[in-house]
Amino acid sequence: MSSFVTTGNPWVSGSGRARHQTISVIVENRAGVLARVSALFARRGFNIISLAVAPTDDDAFSRITIVVDLEQTSVEQLTKQLFKLVNVVKITEMTPGEAIERELALVSVRCAPPGGPGPSRGEVGELVRIFGGSVVDVGHEALTVMLAGQPAMLDDFEELLRPYGIIEIQRTGRVALPKLERPSARRSGARG
Amino acid sequence: MQLTGAQALIKSLEMERTEVVFGVPGGAILPVYDPILDSPIRHVLVRHEQGAGHMAEGYAHVTGRPGVCMATSGPGATNLVTALCDAYMDSVPVVAITGQVSRPVIGTDAFQEGDTVGITRSVTKHNDLVMRPEDIALAVRQAFLLATTGRPGPVLLDLPKDVLQASAEWYWPTDSEVAASLPGYKPTTKGHPRMVREAVRLMTASRRPVIYAGGGILKARATEALRKLAELTGAPVVTTLMARGAFPDSHRQCLGMPGMHGNYAAIMALQEADLIIALGARFDDRVTGKVSTFAPNAKVVHVDIDPAELGKIRRPDVPIVGDARLVIEELVRVLGASGEAEPDLSQWWSVIDGWRERFPLYYEAQVAGEQLKPQAVIEAIRDASPAETTLVSGVGQHQMWASQYWRFEQPYTWVNSGGLGTMGFAVPAAIGAKVGRPDRTVWAIDGDGCFQMTAQELVTASAERIPVKVAILNNAYLGMVRQWQEMFYEERYSEVYLSPDLPDYVKWAEAMGCAAFRVENPADVAPVIDKANSIDDRPVVIDFRTDSREKVFPMVPAGASNSDVIVHPGLRPGGERVVQ
Repeated sequence: MSSFVTTGNPWVSGSGRARHQTISVIVENRAGVLARVSALFARRGFNIISLAVAPTDDDAFSRITIVVDLEQTSVEQLTKQLFKLVNVVKITEMTPGEAIERELALVSVRCAPPGGPGPSRGEVGELVRIFGGSVVDVGHEALTVMLAGQPAMLDDFEELLRPYGIIEIQRTGRVALPKLERPSARRSGARG
Repeated sequence: MQLTGAQALIKSLEMERTEVVFGVPGGAILPVYDPILDSPIRHVLVRHEQGAGHMAEGYAHVTGRPGVCMATSGPGATNLVTALCDAYMDSVPVVAITGQVSRPVIGTDAFQEGDTVGITRSVTKHNDLVMRPEDIALAVRQAFLLATTGRPGPVLLDLPKDVLQASAEWYWPTDSEVAASLPGYKPTTKGHPRMVREAVRLMTASRRPVIYAGGGILKARATEALRKLAELTGAPVVTTLMARGAFPDSHRQCLGMPGMHGNYAAIMALQEADLIIALGARFDDRVTGKVSTFAPNAKVVHVDIDPAELGKIRRPDVPIVGDARLVIEELVRVLGASGEAEPDLSQWWSVIDGWRERFPLYYEAQVAGEQLKPQAVIEAIRDASPAETTLVSGVGQHQMWASQYWRFEQPYTWVNSGGLGTMGFAVPAAIGAKVGRPDRTVWAIDGDGCFQMTAQELVTASAERIPVKVAILNNAYLGMVRQWQEMFYEERYSEVYLSPDLPDYVKWAEAMGCAAFRVENPADVAPVIDKANSIDDRPVVIDFRTDSREKVFPMVPAGASNSDVIVHPGLRPGGERVVQ
């Protein structure tokens, strides 16, 4: 767990939240299951940092990816309580070092048309290119851009776009899968 | 064979060997009340749905089988909530069936619509809104399985009216189909062998062990196994409020109830133990007192079927997830095979016996001509009633006295609301207990405050010929609150006075079809109890006028350490000890 509390690579620590944990919960894909899961968090006073839900490859099940703040929450007690829910099938706890975590952001950002005052489309476009994002919509005085990547990278992207004037931002919350086991990819050296 | 949803529901309940349903009809559940006429299932028509829920609990407590209650949508379902929460806290197997408005109008604020599944989500082990008639049989099978296995608890099925009216082909799912329909539900019942061995190692090394037996012993039908373990180890046994009767009070090793109002020896034995063997218990705050000072030198072996209990309050040195009976039997087997000499506990026992000698349960003796001592009334009922009498209580001082002064020799003879502390539990729970075990005398020890919350169910008892006996310890106060105000709020009594004769309990009970008596004089206590015990054709209510100054001792003040337990003033050094 200590391996990811690092200042060496800010993209690993994530969103300025130094101690978080990702819990991947496989649930039956049925009405009301998400409500059960979120109600349990509310009832026990556990705070959710982010949450993402989608069906798995098997339509009978969904994966709920929950990021919790380790400062506030006993993950052990949380997962035990979660597992008491009848519709919860499997729980995987992942520290950032053990997980491949990705998130997607859509950002509408102000930029001037060619010749107009202020930063141009080109400047914003350049930033998007550096981060490996893409422009997904173009308006007269704004662009909507998309970036998928590690949550910390999205934080940086958001920070760098901010001076241009962010009109609206939507992030998905992170999704995660455990890292594949390889002899060389030990926990301590791993980077998600 | 085509059945309506309502017919399928009743047939499913029959297939699950339901003997009795406690309920009230209403609009949305109406379709179910037609096939119930043709069913061998007995329906007990209650006067308030909360009563139906507590009756189902009382039935489940004494039989070990799930209690079934039924109510209509909206207010019917919301009235069940208290009982469901009670059953959830005390892990009581209950199956609740509620009607719901028809599918097309769900979510439109239709007449008597309530979000029952949403409202009861946090007070049930599981619940489900059944949206197709062909799913009813599976839902009922799931409900009974979930209610009774693993850590038992209440399960609610919400059934829209048009689902009950629609027809579908009847099909009774197989065990494997039920299991496959619950892919996330696999309770662990067998203890981990390495953990069992580790527990045995700690047990043989311990010189001050205590077996801390909780309600899980009763739920797991583990009382015989517990007795074997206790006698093999020679360790003292404390039985929590939920476990009274799990180990006989007359047994030399039984120290009685631990906790806030426990026996001094039970409290101190836990506090001074070097090993606590927690079996189906959950380190409730009423047992531990201030957690950080609870049993500071004890290692802990914690056995529970619910993994979430292990480490929730106190981190165990040896956690064992499993069914209490199976794990205890393993502990006994491994301990017996270990060949280790029984540790010498004589020093520990001499300490414990010293506590028992110096600080027994104590109250000032009844004086002729003075108000009744509530403890003496309970002892008189105890001494006059048949062995295996089922004792039921409400919540408050009378509950603590009942637990303290009754002598529990048999399992499943004590029914009370432990976790939730639901005032008004006694009358309906007693009715359910009598329906479940009609061969046993059922006495409810109730307070005057509690009695007024659910007394109308005595109408149910009279109408259905369920002859329960209710002893109201009428001190004209909300006694436990009064005790706290006396001790911790400088005797500033606020909103606790109820009056001894408003209502007139005798007239009220008679109006509800009961035999009723009032006892004010100590000399009349025993004769009136005998009279009550001789009446078996209708409920009996006795209004015992008791002394409102009596307090429950010992007492660990809320938030205090168990080491700071307050004993009865008459037992304190220098205090006058009246030997009875």
